[in-house]
Amino acid sequence: MSATAFTGPKLRIVNAAKVYNARSGDLLALDRCSLEVKAGEIVSIVGPSGCGKTTLLWSMSGLHPLTAGDILLDDRPVRGPHPQIGMVFQEANLLPWRDLDGNINFPFEIRGEKADRVWIDEILNRVGLEGLGGRFPRELSGGMQQRAALVRALSFKPSVLLMDEPFGALDAFTREEMNRLVEEIWLSAPTTIVLITHSIEEAIFLSDRIVVMTPRPGRVANIHHVPYPRPRSLESMSTKEVFDLFNRIKQEIVGDRQRQPTAALL
Amino acid sequence: MQNLEAIPDFKGSPVTDAEVGVAGVSSALAGGTGAKSVREILAIILVAIVIIAGTQMLLIAFKVPQYVFPLPTEIGKALITDFPLIAPHLGYTLVELFSGFAIGSAVGLVLAAVVTQFPFVEKVVTPYILVLVTTPMLALVPLLILRFGFGYTPRIIAVALASGPMVMINAATGFRRVDRGKLALAHSYGASTLQVFWKIRAPMALPMIFVGLMVGSIFGLLTAVGAEMVGGGFGLGNRLTSYSSMIQMPQFFAVILILSILGILIYVLFFLLAKRFASWEA
Repeated sequence: MSATAFTGPKLRIVNAAKVYNARSGDLLALDRCSLEVKAGEIVSIVGPSGCGKTTLLWSMSGLHPLTAGDILLDDRPVRGPHPQIGMVFQEANLLPWRDLDGNINFPFEIRGEKADRVWIDEILNRVGLEGLGGRFPRELSGGMQQRAALVRALSFKPSVLLMDEPFGALDAFTREEMNRLVEEIWLSAPTTIVLITHSIEEAIFLSDRIVVMTPRPGRVANIHHVPYPRPRSLESMSTKEVFDLFNRIKQEIVGDRQRQPTAALL
Repeated sequence: MQNLEAIPDFKGSPVTDAEVGVAGVSSALAGGTGAKSVREILAIILVAIVIIAGTQMLLIAFKVPQYVFPLPTEIGKALITDFPLIAPHLGYTLVELFSGFAIGSAVGLVLAAVVTQFPFVEKVVTPYILVLVTTPMLALVPLLILRFGFGYTPRIIAVALASGPMVMINAATGFRRVDRGKLALAHSYGASTLQVFWKIRAPMALPMIFVGLMVGSIFGLLTAVGAEMVGGGFGLGNRLTSYSSMIQMPQFFAVILILSILGILIYVLFFLLAKRFASWEA
């Protein structure tokens, strides 16, 4: 396949623009937003509320078509839901009327494919949900639900994983545990991950690069490299260098908000 | 009757509908009919014994004549001795109820599923369904009898007209519940409109559908019995008018007892179905 021969960026966002036709008038959510993500890279997107992060991610997943510009996966345009793209939503977004197995089977049912049980059992094991296939979402804790959502997204071995504030609803400790889990899974099978988050700590812990976006209309304001080797230990994440990076990113986001106070309201 | 809470749902905005709907289901599912401990069951039986025995003693003490209120023991005796006479009428009522409810709920469910797909059509249809819900279909029975005679037909139509709109408004409330995240989930795997309907919208609507079926079937029973009282020579409603005109009060109350038991059985049936297939919501 040409995909193996292709050595350019895995994902390319070229001059993305998105206009929402709201009742109160057109709303420019993204404007001339460009970004490249290499294969196997973890990129986090942070920015003030309403800056179009989620819009950008949903466009990458093919769920919301762009008004202008292109999303390219392996140099081919993404024009709708793509079998190579897995999505982890805000909150676990499990179907409450299906048990764990039913939820994990859902993508395969929709696509009319047969689930790879060996692979699914392997990731279920890795996230510590083995033997809980018969449990319903309400019988699982918040962290377990989010782990199940992760398994569902990884079940069909996507080459790109898009995560939309996946751990925002979890408590701080569970969140850290989930971050470690993502790192562990990535280390054993590196996929390209694009993560939207509100937590700068999370972004620093997980990412190779952190993209800071401008307030609406969203555009790339700055990109920070996070060059630390993995697995990243608690110590390596509590150095002065990391702390400075944290403050710089925070300053960029909050500074923007101070200059443009309405952005926080939106 | 807490189930009636489901009616005003139809008028509200979709968002509040969903919330009221959920509350309606959980109260319908959990409303005192949940799993009961042995102690609770014993207490319920004890209360029944106290009420029945108390009524019996009061009626004897105040020498209340039988044509005003028969003794509970007399009612029990009538229920046993006259049951063979009442049984065929129970059968007629059940035939009317099942056929009318089957037609009404099938049409109501299909209409709800189709109409909620088109917001404009739904807005246009809604007031008419509401008229059907609020109009007592009993009022139409004399008219239906004129047109269709004294047989099953007018009563089956009345039952369908009473239960169908009730099933429809509740089911529509269910189908209108949109969870953006779950729809996006299905779309992200490339689900077709039909797949989204069967795998997301229908299961999400299921709890409200059960509420609709429960309320609709009870309304159907009321309408069936009422229609039999208006005219015609058979059914439990006919027995009520006949026994009361002949001042056979024990038999009259025995029929009422049968009707209450029938109503409770219907409630329990849908409660169990909802518990089995839609328990994830409560």
